[in-house]
Amino acid sequence: MENWLSWIYLQQEMIYIVALMILLGIEVIGRVPSVLHTPLMSGANAIHGVVIIGAIIVMGKAEPDNYLALSLGFLATILGTLNVVGGFVVTDRMLEMFKKKKKDEKS
Amino acid sequence: MELSILSIIYIIGSLAFIAGLKMLSDPAHARRGNQVAAAGMGLAIFGAIFLYETEGEKLHNHLWIFAGLAIGGIAGALAAKKVKMTAMPEMVSLFNGMGGACAALISIVEFDHLIKHPFAVSFNASSVLAEGSVAPELISMGHVLIILLGMAIGAMSFSGSMVAWAKLNGRLKDYSFKGQHVFNLFILLLIIVGISGLVANIAGGFRVDARLDPLSIRVVTASWIPWLFYGILFLSLAYGIQFVLPIGGADMPVVISLLNSFTGVAAACGGFLYDNKAMLTGGILVGAAGTLLTILMCRAMNRSLINVLVGSFGGQQAGEGSAQEQGSFKEISVSDAAAVLNYSSRVMIVPGYGLAVAQAQHVCHELEKLLADKGVDVQYAIHPVAGRMPGHMNVLLAEADVGYDKLMEMEQANELFPSTDAVLVLGANDVVNPAAKSDPSSPLYGMPILDVELAKMVIVNKRSMKPGYAGVENALFFQPKTSMLFGDAKSVLQQLVTEIKTL
Repeated sequence: MENWLSWIYLQQEMIYIVALMILLGIEVIGRVPSVLHTPLMSGANAIHGVVIIGAIIVMGKAEPDNYLALSLGFLATILGTLNVVGGFVVTDRMLEMFKKKKKDEKS
Repeated sequence: MELSILSIIYIIGSLAFIAGLKMLSDPAHARRGNQVAAAGMGLAIFGAIFLYETEGEKLHNHLWIFAGLAIGGIAGALAAKKVKMTAMPEMVSLFNGMGGACAALISIVEFDHLIKHPFAVSFNASSVLAEGSVAPELISMGHVLIILLGMAIGAMSFSGSMVAWAKLNGRLKDYSFKGQHVFNLFILLLIIVGISGLVANIAGGFRVDARLDPLSIRVVTASWIPWLFYGILFLSLAYGIQFVLPIGGADMPVVISLLNSFTGVAAACGGFLYDNKAMLTGGILVGAAGTLLTILMCRAMNRSLINVLVGSFGGQQAGEGSAQEQGSFKEISVSDAAAVLNYSSRVMIVPGYGLAVAQAQHVCHELEKLLADKGVDVQYAIHPVAGRMPGHMNVLLAEADVGYDKLMEMEQANELFPSTDAVLVLGANDVVNPAAKSDPSSPLYGMPILDVELAKMVIVNKRSMKPGYAGVENALFFQPKTSMLFGDAKSVLQQLVTEIKTL
């Protein structure tokens, strides 16, 4: 019990962030028109690619003889980057099509 | 100094994610929003590479990190550039799976680290431990729980997304067996029991074996710990597969959205592990937003999330009984259809997955322009769940340059149908099935639909009389108002265009 309490005490900032972000996530997305659902899902998909930072830390902390951390970290870095880069590029491609008309008018 | 710069970078990154998501939900700023989020991500990634330090030590292995970034970046950009617009849902699912796998791998490495250096994680307490002792209070159960959750959720998201990807591109068919839901629940229960068991008993699994010098000890780990850990990993992978396999194609968007939020939560677990607020904000934002989006999608189909996950929609049992009793349908020739469209004053086009499969969006736009030139008022009626993902049709039609103002959402379209002369249904089925209103025994019952039957005439283009994704017969096709125009959407539209040009 004490173990849990001290963990919660140590992580209280993080727990506050979790609670607020849940509300914010719901609030932000609540007013999205259904037209944008697919790009939004794709954009959100790219944002959770932030997990790549964890992969970078794993890689960067690995001692030269820790082959498990090195190989899994390397793999995780590749997969995470795929998620981030692919996600943002796909979303941009979708949105580019929405905006094509307006951009032509401007130029 | 550098650490404070890094935390400022993380703050900027987090704000960029929030602002990006906010802008993504507004048509006028959506693209900018995506770029803002991407910029924040880039900043956070490079900040982590160059500025991160733990216990005064910087990250090393830069060569490996950059090699990984380069490989993933190039492959991801190429895949995303080359994918066809119709294959978009698969692509999102695939990328989502990659993120899930990334989170699971991180947890695996961290767990390995934990069982090798169990007492270094919570406090620097090596010095107080005597030889042969166990020290349960020195291992933070919260930390272990977060590692396990990140691993289990990431693994489920990975295997589930891969199955969703394979199903959407036709490599895998729906598969279910009797008692599957009970079986799935059983696996899930095993995972939960395994995680709680491991968390509750982890401390007992370590024993100080030898004291090497005042600050360093050797620890023996009980062999059941890694076994249980990899057992949970295996079960989570299996659960992801089992969970997505029986779900019908019509529900795939819901599933992908749900898995998307799973990966968000898994990423947030990583945020806890490294006390990294950018990961935490990004992950939880997506977790919350993804869950809400999932619920919104379910609502559009008038089904509860539980129903999607537990009740398998369509598939085998539905629709067979009523198939024969519907009576006969009538066909219409291309030239007649062309004439009908040409002499209507308002035409409503209802696109569906058939249009996407046939890649017919460009021809469809051509037809629309041609009719508009002839003075016909042409609009598109977009059902929220038409195609494979909400908004899928909008993306496709936008690709073909169809104007934003031509796309009617369901409520608007339903108001216009009574004053519409002809409706052209292109490869849509379940979203125009009147059984959703009239037949309480239909699996579609209660789903809001496009009331195309209110129009004066309905022309349905389909490849055959086969039922749609929900596996239900569509009474619309047998109504006197309805004429069937069989054929691949693209070739039919091309013929229509040629015909109308000659009129």
